[in-house]
Amino acid sequence: MINFTYTVSILIIPFLMFILLGLAGHKLKPKLSGLLGTAGLGVITALSYLTAFFYFFRGERIDGAFQKITAYNSTWLQLTDKLHIDMGILIDPISVMMLIVITTVSLMVHIYSLGYMKGEKGFERYYAFLSLFSFSMLGLVLSTNIFQMYIFWELVGISSYLLIGFYYQKPSAVSASKKAFIVTRFADLGFLIGILILSYNTKTFDFITLTDLNGPAISQGSGISFLGLSVITWSMIFVFMGGVGKSAMFPFHIWLPDAMEGPTPVSALIHAATMVVAGVYLVARMFPIYALSAPAALNIVAWVGAFSSLFAAIIACTQTDIKRVLAYSTISQIGYMMLALGVSGYGGHEGLGYMASMFHLFTHAMFKALLFLGAGAIIHAVHSNYMNNMGGLRKYLPITHITFLIACLTIAGIPPFSGFFSKDEILAAAFHHNKVLFAVEYAVAGITAFYMFRLYFNIFWGEEMRYEHTPHEAPATMTIPLIVLAIGAAISGFIPFSHLVTSDGKAFETEIEWGVAVPSVLIGLLGIGIAYIFYAKKSPLPDKLAATFKYTYRWAYNKFYIDEIYLFITKKIIFRYVSEPVAWFDRHIVDGTMNAIASVTQTVSFRIRGFQSGQIQKYVFVFISGIVLLALILIYMWR
Amino acid sequence: MNTGIPLTYFLILAAIMFFVGVYGFLTRRNLITILMSLELILNSVNINFVAFNRYLFPHKLEGFFFSLFIIAVAAAEAAVAIAIIINIYRRFTTINVEDVDTMKY
Amino acid sequence: MTANQIMFFLFSAVIIVCSILTVTSRRILRAATYLLFVLVSSAGLYFMLNYQFLAAVQLTLYAGGIVVLIIFSILLTSQISQKFESVGWKKSIFSAIASIAGALITIITILDFNFSAANEAAREVDMHLIGNSLLSVGKDGYALPFEVITILLLAAMVAAIVIAKKAGPKDPQSQTSKQE
Repeated sequence: MINFTYTVSILIIPFLMFILLGLAGHKLKPKLSGLLGTAGLGVITALSYLTAFFYFFRGERIDGAFQKITAYNSTWLQLTDKLHIDMGILIDPISVMMLIVITTVSLMVHIYSLGYMKGEKGFERYYAFLSLFSFSMLGLVLSTNIFQMYIFWELVGISSYLLIGFYYQKPSAVSASKKAFIVTRFADLGFLIGILILSYNTKTFDFITLTDLNGPAISQGSGISFLGLSVITWSMIFVFMGGVGKSAMFPFHIWLPDAMEGPTPVSALIHAATMVVAGVYLVARMFPIYALSAPAALNIVAWVGAFSSLFAAIIACTQTDIKRVLAYSTISQIGYMMLALGVSGYGGHEGLGYMASMFHLFTHAMFKALLFLGAGAIIHAVHSNYMNNMGGLRKYLPITHITFLIACLTIAGIPPFSGFFSKDEILAAAFHHNKVLFAVEYAVAGITAFYMFRLYFNIFWGEEMRYEHTPHEAPATMTIPLIVLAIGAAISGFIPFSHLVTSDGKAFETEIEWGVAVPSVLIGLLGIGIAYIFYAKKSPLPDKLAATFKYTYRWAYNKFYIDEIYLFITKKIIFRYVSEPVAWFDRHIVDGTMNAIASVTQTVSFRIRGFQSGQIQKYVFVFISGIVLLALILIYMWR
Repeated sequence: MNTGIPLTYFLILAAIMFFVGVYGFLTRRNLITILMSLELILNSVNINFVAFNRYLFPHKLEGFFFSLFIIAVAAAEAAVAIAIIINIYRRFTTINVEDVDTMKY
Repeated sequence: MTANQIMFFLFSAVIIVCSILTVTSRRILRAATYLLFVLVSSAGLYFMLNYQFLAAVQLTLYAGGIVVLIIFSILLTSQISQKFESVGWKKSIFSAIASIAGALITIITILDFNFSAANEAAREVDMHLIGNSLLSVGKDGYALPFEVITILLLAAMVAAIVIAKKAGPKDPQSQTSKQE
């Protein structure tokens, strides 16, 4: 048995970096704080790769399955004699995979930010927050029990809030960070309710116990029933609500496009590759319970994922801000991951969807981070976020161009890039489970290719804009991460994922199902072709199409007015009919009672004051009356 | 000497005198008249003590001596009270008890 | 009716009437005079009870000392010619109620109680006995209260002098009034 206790340092190092840079950062030269943050992350990246190597290639397999190893555990809060919240580190296939994803992307972002954020005010603060985020996200994936995961879940939310609102003097950034925090916090309410219901019924928080096939969650499954669904199902639905918030699925997706107010590397790290997949990770973590005890909840997961991906893909076709296109693309791809989990079974080949979801998570992290960082390089060169201000940039930004193209081909699912493999597995899993879901995802694949290449052609081809100053390629600190991620996106398709990360830990063989793969490639090429016709050269076709489908276009451009609906519900209904009466009650009745008590006391004391009138005869009168009364009582009434 | 007049008559007399004195104390406005009412009260107590001594404890002298001492104390107290009244008169130029009420809230 | 009883009722009548007049009279000198009558009648009661020494002390100290003191203070505070206004309604009604209630309770209690008279023979109280008791320190001796009364009288004398004397030369107001 290999001793994995050293993995504690994977958590401690970024936390120490956060404290150091947070407290002393402004005393150091900016470059030094950046290098410190990056160095810390470099160390933990190396440690993560080491852990992965030892776990996957030198670790023990029992019955051919990878074991869940608790590397470190300490009891933090003893609630009752059986229920306690621990802090610990859990090593198992998905957590090790996430370790690699998070540390690699975070390291790339750290290096990239050395160039991108150079000269910014608050440079040290930025690196401190990046370290805090890395610590929180790593803590989330390494949690041994669901409560610890909830704590780190909230920590991740705070890091996201701090980083979205990094340019805190911009009002739009401030309101975007508030929106993100409030929406995810609201969703986390569901998460907490789910945790409470689950732990009340199973008397434990620990993941190993919860996902144990003979454990309380699965074997006693449908115990008490409420409205036709078992308690475990209800708790899984509530837990999924938290995942919906954090992963920006419909209807809690509204915060992710606005979160693009943050610096672009932050969008790459948090809102593309790592934090938003926390919801997927949560479902994957609890997957045995979902698959074996709460199939209704799993169905909901699948449909929410499918709907979100279609919804976001349609909106992405009309957006002009390049970061927003990428944000909606993220929502769409996470929908794919949720769908894949939703159509999956448990064990061996049944768990194809699970494996495909994790594989897509892995590849998506690479290519989405690459896309965002590339967008950052473009924005850095052109000083504008909008597609209308770009065109023909392929002459000026060669490296960015090639890496961006690789990423677009990956997301469109063109072989031999990694996106083809992961998307193919998802489509295969969907095909065997539910043809309707498969049809939806198939359509979304085509739409994805279309809008991504719309983006690509608009930026790098098309009519050249007259630029104020010639756009120049990004410095080396920005292009090296692009190249590394491009290589990752290109070759990671060949990793034998089904040997490593599966629903029950056992390896199984997969092969490309040509019946599904060929049509998906074809529809991808179709999307690329249409985009080429519309956007590669200046053409009146897009505007004509937009004019024909005026209403559809307008609805998609305005994000289907979901934000306005939410605003209406909160302002007109909740604020007016719920908050204001409650506020009135608080002000007049609760406060009023307090004030009344005070004023009554004051009035009474004012009246009583009159007893000290200074008139001697009054005093004596009271004295005599008191004696007479006392005499009366003592002599006659006190028997 | 004690035959004929029951003890209670003395006691009732003393009680009446006492409460007349109380009434006077509460009602009068002049400080000196209040002092006079006070003397009435003390005197009534004296009669009480003496009556008890004569009727209930004729072989002892305690009531008698106590009355003696009460008279002495009353004299001392009247002296001091007059001194205070003179002082008050000097300060307030009035000895109306309702005007001497500065020690209040 | 024996002579005793007649004397008793006479004295009681004087006491009650004069005490009521003391507290209700509107001229202060008349109130002082009525007080004098009350005190003299009390002395008479003491004579009846065979406490001659006490009666003598009462006449000397009370009637001769305190009443004179009161009259002097009336003169000193220039009250002699003033006529009082009548007292307000509320005050007299409340005070009357309080006093009458108290009186009733006291009288009813007195009447209810069984006073058991003593069986022993009365002692003849003469000056010899009084003098010896006052100064004896043994049983039935009243030397201690005697000494206490001495000190009290001394304290009262000093207090009266201090309180009643005029403010010293430090007071600028009195200095100017002195020079005037």
